[in-house]
Amino acid sequence: MATVTLDNLRKTFGKTEIIHGVDIDITDGEFIVIVGPSGCGKSTLLRMVAGLETVTSGEVRINGARVNEKEPMDRNIAMVFQNYALYPHMSVFDNMAYGLKIAGKPKAEIAARVADAARLLQLEPYLQRKPRELSGGQRQRVAMGRAIVREPDVFLFDEPLSNLDAKLRVQMRLEIRQLQRKLGITALYVTHDQVEAMTLADRMIVMNAGVAEQIGAPMEVYENPATTFVAGFIGSPPMNFLSDSALPALPPTTRLGIRPEHVTLTAPGRGRADATALYSEALGAETLVHLRLGDGEQVTARIGGKTVPPAEGTELGLAWPDDHAMLFGPDGKRIPPG
Amino acid sequence: MEKRVTFKGWFLPLLLVLPQAIVSAVFFFYPAGQAVWQSMFIPDPFGLKSQFVGLGNFEYLLGNSYYRASFVTTAIFSTLVTVVSMGVALYLALLADRLIKGSGTYRTLLIWPYAVAPAIAGVLWLFMFNTRVGVVAWYLGVLGYDWNHVLNGTEAMGLVVVASSWGRISYNFLFFLAGLQAIPKSVIEAAAIDGAHFWTRFRTIVWPLLSPTTFFLLVVNIVYAFFETFGVIHTITAGGPQQATTILVYKVFSDGFVGQDLGSSAAQSVILLIVVSALTIVQFKFVERRVHY
Ligand SMILES: Nc1ncnc2c1ncn2[C@@H]1O[C@H](COP(=O)(O)OP(=O)(O)OP(=O)(O)O)[C@@H](O)[C@H]1O
Ligand SMILES: [Mg+2]
Repeated sequence: MATVTLDNLRKTFGKTEIIHGVDIDITDGEFIVIVGPSGCGKSTLLRMVAGLETVTSGEVRINGARVNEKEPMDRNIAMVFQNYALYPHMSVFDNMAYGLKIAGKPKAEIAARVADAARLLQLEPYLQRKPRELSGGQRQRVAMGRAIVREPDVFLFDEPLSNLDAKLRVQMRLEIRQLQRKLGITALYVTHDQVEAMTLADRMIVMNAGVAEQIGAPMEVYENPATTFVAGFIGSPPMNFLSDSALPALPPTTRLGIRPEHVTLTAPGRGRADATALYSEALGAETLVHLRLGDGEQVTARIGGKTVPPAEGTELGLAWPDDHAMLFGPDGKRIPPG
Repeated sequence: MEKRVTFKGWFLPLLLVLPQAIVSAVFFFYPAGQAVWQSMFIPDPFGLKSQFVGLGNFEYLLGNSYYRASFVTTAIFSTLVTVVSMGVALYLALLADRLIKGSGTYRTLLIWPYAVAPAIAGVLWLFMFNTRVGVVAWYLGVLGYDWNHVLNGTEAMGLVVVASSWGRISYNFLFFLAGLQAIPKSVIEAAAIDGAHFWTRFRTIVWPLLSPTTFFLLVVNIVYAFFETFGVIHTITAGGPQQATTILVYKVFSDGFVGQDLGSSAAQSVILLIVVSALTIVQFKFVERRVHY
């Protein structure tokens, strides 16, 4: 049970600043997802909260108290690593009991807490096995178990699902979410997968090159992206951007963003812009149609799976409702409507 | 699927192992066989003929108090050399492993002693501790300690242990450092988050994960202490004073080549061979059980 505050947090490696000042107030029990492309500083940010990296400037506060100078063991956090970082020479039981043993808890209590966690994570049959005798998904669960037995103030996850196959990833995603809800423990979760971010987060931090471009609830970020980066990163397939060479009505140097699901196909000349169909991808429930505008830029439209997609080379018109179009300035920032 | 290379017939495989087989035969099996054979004879004082005595040489040796003393000396010496050289190497490797900058420089510097031949290392240490002109001996004298390894058996033992360990530290350091760096950083970090401070982490995580390296070094270093320290002992103390540093392998040399008692010397080689084999078997049988791979 804890609040976490990041106050103008910065990190410099050598002479290069990697994190350029991140601010957020995380309330008790909140699930925060840090999402962004590779190398943007997500892990570094998380590791500063964990105490595994020093803070160059700014402050990390847990429950209102500054923890910058505290060692990882004195912060009452638990972390799940991308490669799980299980202790290879210890059994599953010992892996989970390790932190409790060090804390000097009585044997009976350790056994009870590990048993609880094992039941919760369906690890009971494997307690005596070594990590190398487990599948990837089971190892992942042990790493989770090791985190929850300690009943920490804060959970930290660094891409915990990225080594799993797609199906298991979806399943574990759900389990992590339910577990966190049930235990009510504040969580920070790093991922580069925007679907994970959308489905897990109470609020997400969209990072780009060491800057928190936007912080907000998933749907709010999706519907109201603050920058072209966020608009392009969140949502799959990404938002389309049209410039004034394709849309003469736009103010110069601005760009218009429109999500694929809001683009409708009409006859040539009847829409707001004309385009040529390139190819389409039928995904079952929906079909993605890729088109090329007059100025060479590409646009994607999302149409129903039952609709017959236009053949390659077909001339089409593109239409969209005004309230779904977003205008972005030359600096990439959103220009509020009206 | 069969991944191995399979040969038809015997000719080619035999041809391929032949060079190694010849080398082993000429430089190991033949001399070992000779030693076993010679250990059953006593040559006459002029080396013209020898007399068959069966196990007489062995009987004599085991009843000989000097020989039994040499056993004890060897046990003390090899334990000390192994513990000192592995302990110091592990300590240095732990320090180098924590370094982020400049670890390459330290590594290179720490590897240098390994390139120095044992006899030369022995001479270097001998100069430093020489009772008349040695730098260290002189400073010890200034501090009021009268160093004299030529007369004092304990000091002599200390000196050969230090000199033998010194070159060995490099070798052990390299292996320990590689072993430490093979432990994933995140495992150490996970332990830190779980509440383990440096020594707890070392005891519960690093040491067990390092155990294959430690075990390997243990076996190799004991063999080293038994055999390869000959050069150091020969140059520094020549086994003295009063046989205080005469380890088994040195006694083989001094009885055989200095004392010209070839039969006894050969018998000692045979015993040495048996002792080292037994030690290695014991290590694999009992110590290896505690190793986590
Ligand atoms: N110890 C370090 N020394 C110097 N630079 C570092 C160090 N650790 C990370 N960096 C740099 O900081 C930047 C951010 O790294 P970080 O690991 O936080 O990225 P990330 O967002 O987690 O990426 P990924 O999704 O690939 O894990 C990268 O450019 C990286 O090269
Ligand atoms: Mg990362």
